[in-house]
Amino acid sequence: MLGFMKKEDIEHLATLARIRLTEKEKEILPEELTSIVSYVSTVSGIVADDEKATPEVGVRFNIFRKDEVTNASDEFTEDIMAEMPSAEGRFLTVKKILHTGD
Amino acid sequence: MKTISDLRAKFITGDYTPVDAVEEALAVIKEKDGNIHAFLDVYEDALGEAEKATKEYKEKGKDIPPLLGVPIALKNNILVKGRKATGASKILENYKAVYDATIVAKLKEAGAIIVGATNMDEFAMGGSTENSAFGPTKNPVDTERVPGGSSGGSAASVAMGAVPVAIGTDTGGSIRQPASYCGIVGFKPTYGAVSRYGLMAMGSSLDQAGPLTNTVADAELVHDIMSGLDKMDGTTIDKDTYPELPVKEKYTFGVPKHFLADGIDPDVLQAFNDHIELLKKAGHEIVDIELPLFEQGLASYYIVMPAEVSSNLARYDGIRYGHSAEGDTLLDVYEKSRAEGFGAEVKRRILLGTYVLSAGYYDAYYGKAELVRKKMREELKEVFKKVDVILTPTTPTPAFKLGEKSDPLAMYKQDIFTVPVNLTGVPALSFPMGEVERDKKSLPVGVQYIGPHGSDSKLFAIGKTIYDKRG
Repeated sequence: MLGFMKKEDIEHLATLARIRLTEKEKEILPEELTSIVSYVSTVSGIVADDEKATPEVGVRFNIFRKDEVTNASDEFTEDIMAEMPSAEGRFLTVKKILHTGD
Repeated sequence: MKTISDLRAKFITGDYTPVDAVEEALAVIKEKDGNIHAFLDVYEDALGEAEKATKEYKEKGKDIPPLLGVPIALKNNILVKGRKATGASKILENYKAVYDATIVAKLKEAGAIIVGATNMDEFAMGGSTENSAFGPTKNPVDTERVPGGSSGGSAASVAMGAVPVAIGTDTGGSIRQPASYCGIVGFKPTYGAVSRYGLMAMGSSLDQAGPLTNTVADAELVHDIMSGLDKMDGTTIDKDTYPELPVKEKYTFGVPKHFLADGIDPDVLQAFNDHIELLKKAGHEIVDIELPLFEQGLASYYIVMPAEVSSNLARYDGIRYGHSAEGDTLLDVYEKSRAEGFGAEVKRRILLGTYVLSAGYYDAYYGKAELVRKKMREELKEVFKKVDVILTPTTPTPAFKLGEKSDPLAMYKQDIFTVPVNLTGVPALSFPMGEVERDKKSLPVGVQYIGPHGSDSKLFAIGKTIYDKRG
């Protein structure tokens, strides 16, 4: 059934959304989300099945500017680096994602 | 009640200076905010700017920027360089903004003095401020009740008398609903009127920033300063995007009576009907209108908004800034940082958004919701051929008690009148229409004036006549 959620569905969504859920959250969320999803499913009754829409977001237009540097070198570097959870020199450090050999 | 025009008049004569105003704002916060908790951060160093402003008034007299020396407060999802910008979330608890939002730059340019950052529902998700990671705000009118949300701290900061104006953001009613609950004026501009550069994105096809004030005139003044084309936000519009609408003596107001048939508090309905009578007496015309899709529209909001939330909040990953958890792998870091950093409502909406956007469901949910939005815009266009303004109560009830609404769906339905405005991108103004009694306390309730795209100035003109000049 469209919209009915089991614990496994929630676990799958949580992986897609990069959120680790606690066991307690995994117990509560299926019911909460099922009730919200069954409510929002009412949209399918408003419009015909074969109608399609392109998302429209306000009035759109392109903005062009000259391809030139607008800030001084290092103008923001220190402030931005100060917010990094982990850095080395002028680099942001992240976990290794490619593992070789071992 | 503080207004910008009063303050300015006093600043010019010198009877009362920006230093006095900022000192008073800080004193009010010190006295009341321990209980109210409208502020997440108070800028004591604002006094330095106030001294400069006071000097400028002495030297230049009248020829000074429009907000010089006026204390203001900003919702904490608005970036001010060097200040903490938390979005009321643990994931940004210690984050300091590295640049000014466009609206902040404009407000500073106009001379406003920012005295603090206000509390909100985490990442603007909620209607009560109870979703703040740093504890809820209380309604200054009745501290057992919520101030509304998500801009609850901004509304409370004005209602408690700390500042004459605070800035909020509105994705589904987050300026208008707290304005209604706290008995003040709130304005959601036409989509694109105000730049979102430097604002934490929630639902990008819905978000707008606007003022919360004591008078419509003040809301207009501040909105006019904040609005305008911005090369940093490609969705911004200029004054010529929509046709200018004539300001008239008498207007035609459309009332969607069928929409008000159920789910609305009888006392709120009474206050609304009284307001209609007042308009009739003033010579305006009231007509019945039908907006069937507006009633059903709320459901599409709870598809579009979480979909956009799930995309926009993907940036908070514990890597470049914000809370970062220890983990063995990169995936571990992502999952733990977000698990520890986000609150329950934020997680719920991200998961819901992930669901409606996932393969196989996209057409059934997001596609359909966008189609509903399109039809709502068409429906609205037809109605605005016949009426100048659509009238609804801002909220179906007065402010509810802290902890009263624990079911997410019940909370969502508070937004029934405000959400269609964001879905269609039109502007709306909320101001107090009366009071209802609860537990022997008078609680304010707001009326919402909805206009067509680009009718922002016209709504202010009408609001000034009806609210600012009320007897």
